[in-house]
Amino acid sequence: MKSTTRAFGNALYVLPAIALIGLFVYYPLGANIVFSFFTFRAGNGAMEPAGFENLARLFEDPVIRTALWNNVLYAVASIVCQVFGSLIVAAWLTHLLGRRMGAFLRSVYFLPAVISMTVIALLFTFVFNARGGLLNELLSSIGLGHLQAAWLADPDTAMGAVISVSQWQSIGYVCMLYVVALQQIPQDYYEAASLDGAGRIRQFFTITVPQAKEMIFVAMILTISGAFTVFNEPYILTKGGPGNASQVLATYMYNQGFFQNQMGYASAIASLIFLITLLLSIVQMLSFRSGKD
Amino acid sequence: MTGMRMRPAERLRQLPVYVLLLLYAIVIAYPLLWMVVSSFKSSSEIFADPWGLPSTWLVQNYAQAWERGISDYFINSVVVTVLATVATVAIATLCAYGMVRIGGRLANAILIVAMGGLVVAPQVSLIPLYRLLDAMGLLDTYWAMILPYVAFRLPMAILLIRSVFLGIPHELVDAATIDGCRSLGVLRHVYLPLSASVLTTATVLTGYFAWNEFLFAIVYIDADVLRTIPAGLMSFRDSLSTEWGVLLAGLTIAALPIVVVFIMLQRYFVAGVAAGSVKG
Repeated sequence: MKSTTRAFGNALYVLPAIALIGLFVYYPLGANIVFSFFTFRAGNGAMEPAGFENLARLFEDPVIRTALWNNVLYAVASIVCQVFGSLIVAAWLTHLLGRRMGAFLRSVYFLPAVISMTVIALLFTFVFNARGGLLNELLSSIGLGHLQAAWLADPDTAMGAVISVSQWQSIGYVCMLYVVALQQIPQDYYEAASLDGAGRIRQFFTITVPQAKEMIFVAMILTISGAFTVFNEPYILTKGGPGNASQVLATYMYNQGFFQNQMGYASAIASLIFLITLLLSIVQMLSFRSGKD
Repeated sequence: MTGMRMRPAERLRQLPVYVLLLLYAIVIAYPLLWMVVSSFKSSSEIFADPWGLPSTWLVQNYAQAWERGISDYFINSVVVTVLATVATVAIATLCAYGMVRIGGRLANAILIVAMGGLVVAPQVSLIPLYRLLDAMGLLDTYWAMILPYVAFRLPMAILLIRSVFLGIPHELVDAATIDGCRSLGVLRHVYLPLSASVLTTATVLTGYFAWNEFLFAIVYIDADVLRTIPAGLMSFRDSLSTEWGVLLAGLTIAALPIVVVFIMLQRYFVAGVAAGSVKG
């Protein structure tokens, strides 16, 4: 009798959390997959079965191809800048600078990661403005005026500009991740290697990279899934435009659902995003397991 | 090899690296500095002389930004952030405590539910959540932000807090029980005092997320009076057209609290980053 009351009491502790996660995280996830097979509009319109119509449309819609391609570009740029670039910066910060200077620069680099993307994106519209924008002003003042562009309004440069803002915000964040990992590497390894005559670059590849392997992997998964779910930067900077030049899956989903009012199709796009992030999570879990053996 | 122990010749050889690191610091810091300095300028001065200091420092840009919308957004952000953060940390603490008490397979099952929640990106739930909140009559209320924020941040908070709770020795719990503490008393007198640091980390991380969240805030809130800063800044920008100084003042007001909190509580941010969790 006493153990039942105890079990009941324990259940009360976990219940609120489980109920909230179940209702607001798991239920919508399941519902979204079901919604992909219906046609419906916002508000209390009826849902009509649509079979595989929405899913088939995913394969025919050229904007989906543009969006997916942009997400891939996003992922590639993020891997180069955040996974590899940040590692080099972190290694410099930890190994070349004194404790104080390293910690100071680390904080400066991290700063953009705490600021809301709305603030950053609106600030960068001043940087990318065609007329009087900081980037164009800078280019003309150093004699590179011919490189000036309407960065966010030109379909050729819009996506690159949006991606660069993301990198600007996130490199310092991943760098902080790495610094925490690199500080765990025993100093003796480096001292032994340098006694053996290994230079800094060699030490980087034979000690730093293997020792930080796990964190590199975490950063990889984090940035790739971030790249395939990105919404804020393109939405605020370009709304996916001009045309659909900087459309990504999440902005296109939002656009289809809340502007075109095609909720079923938008759900299908969301399911596609989910499928991609799910695959990434499975890869992550499998490799974590194999890493532990 | 730390920088301290390097010989001067070695230092000289590393000079290009120092220059690069410094340049990168400028690339990061300059736009933010530019935002603050230009927020004291008039639109025409920002356009005519983007690099210089203001000829007169227009402090009234801040008063204008505050009056023309930022004050409402600011208060909404504070309310939503405080409620979401308190609820998340409290509910996660109870859940983590319950998991430690339950133990065994059942606790593992709960752990898997929580970890699974980490995998789900909010973008994927956008439309069903919209319908759910609509059906509950919660669209266009604070709850349309608070409830999803809590639900989406609970998994990480639970994992963080549970990992610390697991390390608390059983002897302490037994001693407290003998002293007549009931289960909530054990939580209060044994677990919480030993978990101050992780609770602060969880608070900082949740607060940071709620303060900056954008997607739910623009989709589930239509009424301008209920908007939080990240969503409100969009309509603020549209309503200002070309008053750039005022817009930049608004951006500075929006960024300032979180930057101050970051500077004061930096080590908790670092702890959160180490747990792989700052970004939503």
